[in-house]
Amino acid sequence: MELVVFILTALIALFGAGAMLISRNAVHSALFLLLNFGAIAVLYLLLQAPFLFVTQLIIYAGAIIVLFLFVVMLLGAERDDQETDRLAWQRPVALVMAGLLLAEVVYVFTSGVNIGAINAPAVADFASPEAVATALFTRYLFPFEVTSIILLAAVIGVVVLSRRATHDHAAVATQATDLTQLSERR
Amino acid sequence: MRAVLYSGYSPNELRTAIVVATYAFIGLFFVAAATFPLLPLIAARFLRPSRPTPIKLDTYECGLEALGDIRVQFKIQYYLFALAFVIFDVEVVFLYPWAVAFGQLGLFALVEMAIFLAILGFGLMYAWKKGALEWQ
Repeated sequence: MELVVFILTALIALFGAGAMLISRNAVHSALFLLLNFGAIAVLYLLLQAPFLFVTQLIIYAGAIIVLFLFVVMLLGAERDDQETDRLAWQRPVALVMAGLLLAEVVYVFTSGVNIGAINAPAVADFASPEAVATALFTRYLFPFEVTSIILLAAVIGVVVLSRRATHDHAAVATQATDLTQLSERR
Repeated sequence: MRAVLYSGYSPNELRTAIVVATYAFIGLFFVAAATFPLLPLIAARFLRPSRPTPIKLDTYECGLEALGDIRVQFKIQYYLFALAFVIFDVEVVFLYPWAVAFGQLGLFALVEMAIFLAILGFGLMYAWKKGALEWQ
C-alpha cells in the first residue's frame, strides 16, 4: 500500500518538476511547481513526518508559490519571447554539473558507503507536531518569541517600503516631465 | 495495535502504516475535491457540440472588442498584500503544532502564544494605522 502511494506520488513529483522545466509559460511553470511541492509533501508523510508535511504545504505550496506567481505577474515575466539564449554558456555547465551530481548519487547508493542517517530508525515521535510543540514551548521558548519580533520587523519593513514607493509615485506624478522618466526607470 | 505488532511488521513499517492510514482521509477528500470540478468539464467536452467560428474563439471581454495585449503589468500593491500574506503564513506554521499539542501544554503555552500573537498583532495594527491596507 505504502509502496503504491510512494510510486504514484514520486511519479507525480517527477512529472511536476519536468513539466515546470519544459513549460514555456512562467505561470504554468509555477503551477507545475505547486504540483511538485504537493507531491513532495505526501512523500514527507510517508517518511513519518506529519509536521514537515503541513509545513511544506503552508510555506512552499502557500507562501512561496504565491510570491512566485506575484513576481511573475508583476514583472510580466510570463512573456514567451523566444529570444536567443543570452547566457548560452549556462546550458553546457548545467549539464556537466547535473551529470556530476547524478554520478555522485549513483556512487553513494551502489558503493555501500555508510550513510548512517539513512539506515537509522526514526525516534518514535520524531517530527510529530506534538514533539515540535513540546520542544518549542520548553527548550526553544526564547527563540520562538524572538521569531515574532523578526516577523514584526518584516511587517514593518513591508509597510515602510510600500509607503515610500507610493509616496515617490505620487510626488513624481505631480512633477515635470523630466521626473516622469525617473519613475519609468523605477 | 498490539496484535498487528506481532504479525511480522517492523515498528518502522507499522508507524508508516499508521501515518498513511491517518492521512488517507485527507487524500480521499482531495480526490473528491479534484473530481467534482473535473467531472463536469470532462462530461461537457463530450456532450457539447463543437462548431467554432473566429468570433466564438475571440477573447470575451464584457461584450466589447478586446484592446491591447493580454499581458499587462499588475498593480504593485498586490505584491504588498502577498508579502503580508507570507508573513502571517509563517505565523500559521507556529500555530499549528501549538494547536495540536494544546491539551498537553497547559496555561503557560497559552500565555506564550498570546504574547507571540500580540507582537505580530502589533505589526498588523501598524500596517493598518499607516494605511498600508487601503487600496490606492
